[in-house]
Amino acid sequence: MAPLLVLGLALCLSGTWAVDKGNFKTCEQSAFCKRQRALKPGESPYRALLETMELTNTRLTLQLINDNNKVRLLLELYRLQGNITRVKINELKPLKPRYEVPDVLIREPTTEPLSVLSQDENGVVLSLGVESQRVIISARPFRLDIMEGSDVLMSLNSRGLLAFEHLRMRKDTQADPEAEKKEEADPANQAETTKEEEEKVEDGMWEETFKSHTDSKPNGPSAVSLDFSLPGVEHVYGIPEHADTLRLKTTDNGDPYRLYNLDVFQYELYNPMALYGSVPVMVAHSAQRTTGIFWLNAAETWVDISSNTAGKTVFGKMLDYVQGSSETPQTDVRWISESGIIDIFIMLGPTPKDVFSQYASLTGTQSFPPLASLGYHQCRWNYNDQEDVKSVDAGFDEHDIPYDFIWLDIEHTDGKRYFTWDPHKFATPKEMLQGLMDKKRKMVAIVDPHIKVDGNYKIHNEIRSRGFYVKNKDGGDYEGWCWPGSASYPDFTRADMRAWWASMFAYDQYEGTMENLYTWNDMNEPSVFNGPEVTMHKDATHGAWEHRDIHNLYGLYVQMATAEGLIQRSGGVERPFVLTRAFFAGSQRLGAVWTGDNAAEWGHLKISIPMCLSMGLVGISFCGADIGGFFKSPSTELLVRWYQAGAYQPFYRAHAHVDTPRREPWLFGPENTALIREAVRQRYTLLPYWYQLFYRAHVTGEPVMRPLWVEYPQDLATFALEDEYLIGRDLLVHPVVEEGARGVTAYLPGKDEVWFDVHTFQKHNGAQNLYIPVTMSSIPVFQRGGSIIPRKLRVRRSSTCMEHDPYTLYVALNLQRTADGELYIDDGHTFNYEKKEFIYRKLTFANKVLSSVNLAPDAKFTTDSWIERIIVLGASKPSKVTLKTADGQEKQLEFDFDASMSVLTVRKPGMNAGADWTMTFQ
Amino acid sequence: LWLLVCLLLKLFSAVEVQRPRGVPLSKRQFYEEGKPFTCLDGSRTIPFDRVNDDYCDCQDGSDEPGTAACPNGSFHCTNAGFRPTFIPSSRINDGICDCCDTTDEYNSGATCQNTCRELGRKERESLQKMAEIAKEGFLLKQQLIHEANRGLEDKKAKLGDVQGSKKDLEAKVEALRTVKEAAEQPEREAKERHLKAWEDQKALIQKEKESARMAEVFLELDDDADGFVSVPELLSHSELDPDADGSFTEAEAQGLLGGVDKVDTAAFESIWSNVKEKYMSESNADTPAPEETSREEINEPDEDDDDEEDEDDDRDEHEYKVSSLNFPSNLSRTEEKKDDDEGAMPPYDQETQNLIDGKNAFKTELFNFGFGICFRNLEKEISFDFGPSSEFAYLYSQCYELTTSEYIYRLCPFNRVTQKPKFGGSETNLGSWGKWAGPEDSIYSVMKYEHGTGCWQGPSRSTTVKLTCGKETVVTSTSEPSRCEYLMEFTCPAICQEPPNLEISSHEHQEL
Repeated sequence: MAPLLVLGLALCLSGTWAVDKGNFKTCEQSAFCKRQRALKPGESPYRALLETMELTNTRLTLQLINDNNKVRLLLELYRLQGNITRVKINELKPLKPRYEVPDVLIREPTTEPLSVLSQDENGVVLSLGVESQRVIISARPFRLDIMEGSDVLMSLNSRGLLAFEHLRMRKDTQADPEAEKKEEADPANQAETTKEEEEKVEDGMWEETFKSHTDSKPNGPSAVSLDFSLPGVEHVYGIPEHADTLRLKTTDNGDPYRLYNLDVFQYELYNPMALYGSVPVMVAHSAQRTTGIFWLNAAETWVDISSNTAGKTVFGKMLDYVQGSSETPQTDVRWISESGIIDIFIMLGPTPKDVFSQYASLTGTQSFPPLASLGYHQCRWNYNDQEDVKSVDAGFDEHDIPYDFIWLDIEHTDGKRYFTWDPHKFATPKEMLQGLMDKKRKMVAIVDPHIKVDGNYKIHNEIRSRGFYVKNKDGGDYEGWCWPGSASYPDFTRADMRAWWASMFAYDQYEGTMENLYTWNDMNEPSVFNGPEVTMHKDATHGAWEHRDIHNLYGLYVQMATAEGLIQRSGGVERPFVLTRAFFAGSQRLGAVWTGDNAAEWGHLKISIPMCLSMGLVGISFCGADIGGFFKSPSTELLVRWYQAGAYQPFYRAHAHVDTPRREPWLFGPENTALIREAVRQRYTLLPYWYQLFYRAHVTGEPVMRPLWVEYPQDLATFALEDEYLIGRDLLVHPVVEEGARGVTAYLPGKDEVWFDVHTFQKHNGAQNLYIPVTMSSIPVFQRGGSIIPRKLRVRRSSTCMEHDPYTLYVALNLQRTADGELYIDDGHTFNYEKKEFIYRKLTFANKVLSSVNLAPDAKFTTDSWIERIIVLGASKPSKVTLKTADGQEKQLEFDFDASMSVLTVRKPGMNAGADWTMTFQ
Repeated sequence: LWLLVCLLLKLFSAVEVQRPRGVPLSKRQFYEEGKPFTCLDGSRTIPFDRVNDDYCDCQDGSDEPGTAACPNGSFHCTNAGFRPTFIPSSRINDGICDCCDTTDEYNSGATCQNTCRELGRKERESLQKMAEIAKEGFLLKQQLIHEANRGLEDKKAKLGDVQGSKKDLEAKVEALRTVKEAAEQPEREAKERHLKAWEDQKALIQKEKESARMAEVFLELDDDADGFVSVPELLSHSELDPDADGSFTEAEAQGLLGGVDKVDTAAFESIWSNVKEKYMSESNADTPAPEETSREEINEPDEDDDDEEDEDDDRDEHEYKVSSLNFPSNLSRTEEKKDDDEGAMPPYDQETQNLIDGKNAFKTELFNFGFGICFRNLEKEISFDFGPSSEFAYLYSQCYELTTSEYIYRLCPFNRVTQKPKFGGSETNLGSWGKWAGPEDSIYSVMKYEHGTGCWQGPSRSTTVKLTCGKETVVTSTSEPSRCEYLMEFTCPAICQEPPNLEISSHEHQEL
């Protein structure tokens, strides 16, 4: 939800539907961004003091000096396990400590030895250990190049944009006398400052006003900035969350991409404005190599991108190529943050999957969600009361549409006091939850981080008495305006606060809850209706730190504490499910993310693909958009198309604004009910595949929903595709996202590949643009030749009801007549998989033999599920099919062969899904 | 008791006919033990041992009536003691008890209780109860019909009378008017002197305001922003209905537009006078439009032409209007409305004021005549559709309330539905009488009230009233299933159908 109370009024008057951009800062309006961006490329004032270099086994340190003001910085350089280089730059002697982001890295990264290859007065050459990779540190001006052989992979400060605003005493006329006294009393400090050249005091360094809000900035200017050059790179991705294209655009002619978690009311598409979450990770890709930059800073951040080829036409590029006179294409990136330090992780790939695993080694992988959470979620602001919940639940059964979760938004609480229930509308929540449990279904209730200031509210009283609230600049509890009216915000950066919050989810604390109730954290940017840019004042404090320093981290901490609560209430047994709107690097470990308050417009349906793809590239796989669009009311066609597209995105939840007409799937006539039912059923048949992809994502960090270039890194035609994508490696989806579409053109990659339409089994060659005529029932999806995908075709009313059902294996043969795939099975909801209680099998088809081999011999789990059918696509007709099971028994199987489509269906082989077996097609 | 005995006898005498699991008796002949089975769609024939072998062979799912193997199959529960039913075969052995006879969960480990007899008993009880209610309700309905018919005749007669006496009254009024005008002569002259300069200036301002308002109204009316105001766009403003009869027809709308389907801004100017007085702005539909105020003020010095209707009357229970002659109904309001944004008129001198006061006293006398109300009232009442036998007529001019934890809901049939916060606050119109809106075979089972107060970003509020048979006339529940769309349950005898002769559960016996 958005602060509609405040902004809605303004909107109502202006009568438009777009975001009110005036509520959010441009770079020009953000003093540090304006200051930093004014700095143009040129010779850097920074010089490396090589004589200060110290090299231990694990790190290199070196001082940098700014020749303009003589302020010294300390550079640390680490070689990390897995082809990652970490560069940290901080002030050598800051006036007070600068914020370094905790709790995002899963552990202190393992370092690897560095060695000096050569050194002279101009610089140092270090070996990175692998593949002739070297780091060259140039002394004057300071510059850092990472080389492989004779190629430069990445350069830092090559454009001279390193800037580090050192902490200083206030010297301007408005300084308060006490501070000046302090300065005088500290001779050392004074000596230091007199050394400096006169620093220009600019507006906005010590105070900044935006609209009616003044940011007091007691620490003065503290921004940091650094540029990166990426030779050979024309495509960069990532740095979500923006409602923009998958491939990031150059920002020369507009604002930089902004990373500052904000509750943006009715956000606009194709815009670099900040949204609800931030992951400061950029992925650079070329046909030769994939690399990544992780800028670990939680303050407001802006990212500028420029390219030497961006302006060139295709013809111009061709001409360069023909004439051979071209300069190498290059992308230049510049990061600017308001405070903290420079702490960067350069992930050197070289493949996309290497970058994913490198990033995962730093911040962790996608949490492994409960299987049911991959099913369909029915949400609305709001289901009015228990009766309403019951009748919606019954509606799904009546119309035979499966679903797993029904959701309750803010109105279920007693006056927006989270952890409570409305005494009239939800008088007997356990009864309601039991009713859902009887149908093997679940519920999610919202718990937002703003706490109603109300002396009769237990949660508020406890937080206040424990001193757990964020403080305002004057030391009192910070208060803002949100759904409950006046609200305070727990300081989730405190571990003790998080532990207390987690304890509130215990069944005896959070009354009326049961194990099938899960949690949704909304408004955790945090949203403050009457705050600057609808969020918290930057000069609010979290202990020693300002909100300015930690802002983008707040939402992650809220989800962290909540997920921990759900784990603890089950005694550590059950996997949590928590949906969050705000996020940061590392949020992938904690649950699901959705793209916030979108709108019922075709453009919003379309942008859900690049938005979720961008998140997947930086680790957050469990992503989805509100089906149907949150604001406004979708046309029936849009709603159906959205259900179809959403069925093939990771997080599948319908949601609607309180002021929109009801839109449960059966309210649009039998024909549309049938279309929606079919889309949801397709989702449920594929749950085994989704689940094993999430297991893979959990183990490796690779995205579930991925751009084509991740699997076809050399195919330039895929680099900017965002109207289609892959689920895992093997399913290509090109949803219909245009109104009145008669057809779509899908690019099928792979020169020597074939793709099978999953509905008709028609075979298509790779490396072509395929026109597919569509009707309202079409969802263009293709299975890659060479893959085996398990499905459960017995769709029941919830995923839990399907637990013991048999599998059908879809074996799609490639031109070499081989295929492979995996099958992962566990109990679907506990952490027991960590104790090796699962089945993980490799399925292979080669030499006319299909076999199932155990990939995890040390794991143990038993399942009732069996293999009921095998469908081989692109098959030739065998004379007989023989199944051989582990006990040596052989039996002949019956089969059907459809010669027109070359589809072979093997009838009821019947072996247990966890067993070893081979099947021979003679 | 007899019923129960009868039931038990039937139960024991019923012989369970052998057939594959999940097959209804009616289809038993297609599943013949030992013989090849042909899918019911005729698509293929399979050995009988593949019926219910937990693998789907038939496209239509007919080979697996008793397993979950086919995505489109259905399973038949006999449910002895209750109603037999079909469930989707995906609910077989899913661990959830669907059939009251437990037959759907034969292999899932779920422990289900056979609840058929209990359900059957409850159903019979409730059917019986409903039948009793229907019986008594139907009797009441007969009375209501009788009364309604008598009432209708009375009213028609009365209307005739009123129409007759209308002429007399009009003559009397005419006489009074002559007297009044004579009395007003001195006042008018005094006022004119005073007002001359003031009015010139005001006219100018008013003219500008009027054209600004016209432009604004045009934009509001022009929903699709195509530069034309069309008949459908006009129709969404029921207040513009020229005869205010509750149904604003296309023909009427066309009439307002001067006989064409749509008008542009220029043409709109010529029809503006048709629209301006009744038009209620969308943005502030529930507050009296400020334009109304200024218009009254302008007209105040010459109130004889004052033929406008008072907007505030809409809030009253009975919004019946004086049709032939119109008198200011509330004198104090004229006093209150001295100020508007044009600035206040300078006060009259004492002499003029005295003259005005004299006139006002005279007007009060005139108003007391008020005869037209009754006339209009009757005409309107007779025009309603009170059901095939006027059985709903008794609801007219009645109101029924339901108090919930937060609100008092009020249903005034054939008039409006309102909602008022329990602890103070203003009333919200949840819709005015629209139409009977039940399904074709029972059109009188649902009432629709429309065009209530507008919602932010949404449509205007509306209420659906579902009528069920009951001895008493009472609102039993209200809800808001979707924002601004209300649902009200309303029982009344008028909807009761003649109960079938009490052999109610006989049809069930057959299904045992």
